[in-house]
Amino acid sequence: MTPILPEKQYDTMLLNVGPSHPSTHGVLRVLVELDGEVIVKAEPDLGYLHRGIEKLCENRTYHQCIPLMNRLDYLAGEVNNFGFCLAVEKLLGIEVPKRAQYIRVIIAELTRIASHIFWLGTHAHDLGAMTPLFYGFREREKIMDLCEMVSGGRMFPAYFRIGGLAADLPEGFVEEALAFVKDFPNKWKDYDTLLTENPIWKKRTVGVGVMTKEECLDYGWSGPMARGSGVDWDLRRDNPYSSYEDFDFNIPLGTREGDVYSRYLVRMQEMLESAKIVRQALEKLPKGDIKVDDPRISLPPKEKVYTDIAALINHFKLIQEGVTPPAGEVYQAIEAPKGEMGFYIVSDGTGRPFRVKIRRPSFVVLNALDKLARGRLLADLIALIGTMDIVLADVDC
Amino acid sequence: MGIEEHLGYNILTTSLEKVVDWARKSSLWPATFGLACCAIEMIVTAANRWDIARFGMEAFRASPRQADLIIIAGTVTKKMMPAIQRVYDQMTEPKWVIAMGACACSGGIFDSYAVVQGIDLYLPVDVYIPGCPPRPEGLLYGILKLHEKILRDPFLTQQYREKLAARKEAA
Amino acid sequence: MHRAVDFLKERFPEDVLEVVEFRGETTLVVHPRAIRALLTALRDAPEMSYKYLSMIAAVDYYPAEPRFGVVYNLYSHRYRDRLTLKCLLPGEAPVIDSVVSVHATADFHEREAYDLMGIVFRGHPNLKRILLPPDFVGFPLRKEFPQRGQ
Repeated sequence: MTPILPEKQYDTMLLNVGPSHPSTHGVLRVLVELDGEVIVKAEPDLGYLHRGIEKLCENRTYHQCIPLMNRLDYLAGEVNNFGFCLAVEKLLGIEVPKRAQYIRVIIAELTRIASHIFWLGTHAHDLGAMTPLFYGFREREKIMDLCEMVSGGRMFPAYFRIGGLAADLPEGFVEEALAFVKDFPNKWKDYDTLLTENPIWKKRTVGVGVMTKEECLDYGWSGPMARGSGVDWDLRRDNPYSSYEDFDFNIPLGTREGDVYSRYLVRMQEMLESAKIVRQALEKLPKGDIKVDDPRISLPPKEKVYTDIAALINHFKLIQEGVTPPAGEVYQAIEAPKGEMGFYIVSDGTGRPFRVKIRRPSFVVLNALDKLARGRLLADLIALIGTMDIVLADVDC
Repeated sequence: MGIEEHLGYNILTTSLEKVVDWARKSSLWPATFGLACCAIEMIVTAANRWDIARFGMEAFRASPRQADLIIIAGTVTKKMMPAIQRVYDQMTEPKWVIAMGACACSGGIFDSYAVVQGIDLYLPVDVYIPGCPPRPEGLLYGILKLHEKILRDPFLTQQYREKLAARKEAA
Repeated sequence: MHRAVDFLKERFPEDVLEVVEFRGETTLVVHPRAIRALLTALRDAPEMSYKYLSMIAAVDYYPAEPRFGVVYNLYSHRYRDRLTLKCLLPGEAPVIDSVVSVHATADFHEREAYDLMGIVFRGHPNLKRILLPPDFVGFPLRKEFPQRGQ
């Protein structure tokens, strides 16, 4: 039977997905060229949440940058500060006390669980499964309560300081956190039963967004994105920072050539591993200082500031000028929930950074959206954006 | 627009106005307009712990034509502003605007080259909710204040009454 | 001494200008003309194996001349270590070869460096603004650009 129209007479259609769209996880705009339902080209258009954080940092002292950094990957608020504080401490050449390192690990891993829960809820919601969101928020609210207990802020605790922490853990934190992580695997089973063997979920995610190991490294993928393709790399194990070498945890790897389903399995397992790390850290929490004992870096205790003139002057100088690292350049990378988050800080010897460059994992991952989406259906684009776990403030800085 | 036009302003009694305003505030449907971090607190408000469905607002409409409320949650950048303006213009009357968070109220901590210093430079804001991000209880308090505003200030009926009178004068 | 220093000094003796060691990290200041060849050699040699480009950062060293620095940070999964390469470019016309053909991830990084700092990457397939609106005038991260905009 002869076709009605000869081939190649169809034009492609340009569809604008976003920036105001329920499934783009924020203000992402994707310009999609469609041939029917098949994607011919998908070009991401970024910058709708570019706030100029790198420029703002140049006019602030190092401590004043801490709340700014919190708002980078807003689902895992304190992990960004983990990287920033470690980078500045590397510049200064100091190491924080053991108790502060353990508490930093606890807060960072708790926020990693919170970030993955939110990812799971929104990713499943985009693909039609609305229930995991509500189940996940049950646990996420408990984590937010723990963060609030520690510093007063739910999403943005701003708890880490250069040289340690702002204050010690409040009473009752260790018991509540232990109760949470001991119970977490049972609650995790709820999300697992809903999705892992679900035939609709498998149909939507198996075989979509396949990346081989070599392509992952070529495109700069890291974290769960790379591990879903079998790249055995985790900065917490391979280049450990802040006492991660004291803890015993596994690195889940993807079981197949890196499709959306295997990344889903990796992130689910990572939640359990993070709960394991938090439990070990809480049980082995050492006593001691929570700030490095150096008057050029840590604020003196408040009682002394009110009574002793030397402490008052010290406090004043630290607030006005901030910490003054020597001139030099460092790069510190940490394992953020989204991948490798790096801070490249150029210091000119004053209390303000000369240049802060933030290596954001979501920004790097979006580069491969075009490559992954070509030849697939439009509905797969939503699955791809979900699996990339992008946070637009992390993309646009 | 709405019920006022059909009935004509001469027979609209205050008790009917009250019923209409009560109906409007009891099921305000927000348009999904989460831009940044405040969007997370907005989603959390709609989730199980701070259930926004108690106020009839769990139906976040993706299409602006079906929404009455736009909650500008997050930082407004200069690149995003035309999109926000277009979505606001596409909303049908009556419509209200809540500026949620420090960035929407005044630019927040981002006093930079790419950020609009407050959405009220472009849109008429009804309720400002400060915070970075405001707690879900804060968002709910702001929404309840908006409900009070809708109940006590039938601004739309007043405005359209005046417009209709002006049109009749000219004719 | 970092294991890559001798390797590169053997193969590219005139292009390795300076070696800086600070806080356990090694930065090699190299000549911009050789950046593509250097990255290819570091990626393909099995004893180097720097197959992963973490980031490309653009730095404005005003008022020092050469004014701009382009910093490449590489990671080797086989040997679990990092290496930083830095190229210094003049202030009036900062142009350098694009390394998209060596590492595909350089695409977005170079676009961001062009967008915010104005460094032109020769041979980039799609060098246009990425984070700022397409009609934006100026390069915000340069030192003379005010924080609040013009």
